[in-house]
Amino acid sequence: MVNKESILTESEVWDILREVEDPEIPVLSVVDMGVIREVVLSDNRVKVSITPTYSGCPAMKTIEEDIREILNEQSFDAVEVVTVLAPAWTTDWMSEEGKEKLRVYGIAPPEYSTADKAKLMGIEKTVTCPRCKSKNTEMVSQFGSTACKALWKCKDCLEPFDYFKCI
Amino acid sequence: MQDSLYKYLLRLGDNSLILGQRLGEWCGHGPALEEDIALTNIALDLIGQSTQLLEYAGSLAPEKKSADELAFLRDAPEFLNVILVELPNEDYAFTIARQFIFSAYLDLLYLKLMSSKDIQLRAIAAKSSKELGYHYKHSRDWIVRLGDGTELSHDKIQHAINTIWTYSGELFEDDKIEVELTEKGIACLNSGLLAEWKVRVEDCFNEATLTIPEEQWMQTGGRTGKHSEHLGFILSDMQFLQRAYPGNEW
Repeated sequence: MVNKESILTESEVWDILREVEDPEIPVLSVVDMGVIREVVLSDNRVKVSITPTYSGCPAMKTIEEDIREILNEQSFDAVEVVTVLAPAWTTDWMSEEGKEKLRVYGIAPPEYSTADKAKLMGIEKTVTCPRCKSKNTEMVSQFGSTACKALWKCKDCLEPFDYFKCI
Repeated sequence: MQDSLYKYLLRLGDNSLILGQRLGEWCGHGPALEEDIALTNIALDLIGQSTQLLEYAGSLAPEKKSADELAFLRDAPEFLNVILVELPNEDYAFTIARQFIFSAYLDLLYLKLMSSKDIQLRAIAAKSSKELGYHYKHSRDWIVRLGDGTELSHDKIQHAINTIWTYSGELFEDDKIEVELTEKGIACLNSGLLAEWKVRVEDCFNEATLTIPEEQWMQTGGRTGKHSEHLGFILSDMQFLQRAYPGNEW
């Protein structure tokens, strides 16, 4: 087979992937989430490596199909999407832009890096209410509307809100 | 070696699969909305972990099998989970007592398996360990809240612990499979986790004003396919679709 040049550059592929939404948090792209680990181009074939946020995240299948679909619209000879487990996904990979989008959407973004030892000691940092910016908040439950979120409430504006928990 | 690893992965994968299925029964029946959501979220994590473990196991089987084939087309004696996870949910106290006993163990196990010499097992453990941290904390918080709560909640959780205790011993059993894989640096001995698990239990029960049951005879058998009658009922529910419509896809 003759080596032919890819129709798109790697950064163009990344730009296309920015259009793929997380099906459960549609304000975030899969790139914002840090779910895309690698894009490899060779001979006009593209291989995208993705990693699950949580082991049982039901969105992964949809994400995989959406990536395949959008890349199939390009003229690649082959599109491959593979799942990798290591290194395990962490909220540290979420882009700053992604965190800001979450806040505007009404979900409190992860407050600290997982390298922070406070988490190991079981100490939750203060989570800021995404609506009124108050720090006077409390956790209602470690588990929320999706695997990646906890349920919190604001004691000032009294609104409940989702918090994207750190893993 | 391949056969030992296959069976070891089935043991781990089946534990998570069956407990995930059990917890799923709480969907729509939780004592409070938050708990309904918590228990089903934990179920989802466990089923996800089990998918990865069974997928890996299936790739080592003499005739390659998918995670779905292993989950839906094996019969009860071929499942290698501990009896603890197949017990009926009973009341919320019983479910939480089991969840604490199991999560405190599995969290320790995954922390150890994160340094396994087997790359894939290490990756699954590292991923799962992050989730188990939350499961363990959730069940521990509830043991304390119920134990150190009202007289009624204290009695219910103590009764649940006393009833379930005889099923806790099987988690810490080893046979030639664990011994062989531990020698190769792939797995670790379950018995080696017991001391640390006991520290976790004592620490939690002290805070919860609960009493640790006395040393007693421990139930055994699930890990070699000898199950309680409850597993068959779970499987008839869980496997119904694939049994009725073989090969059907969602």
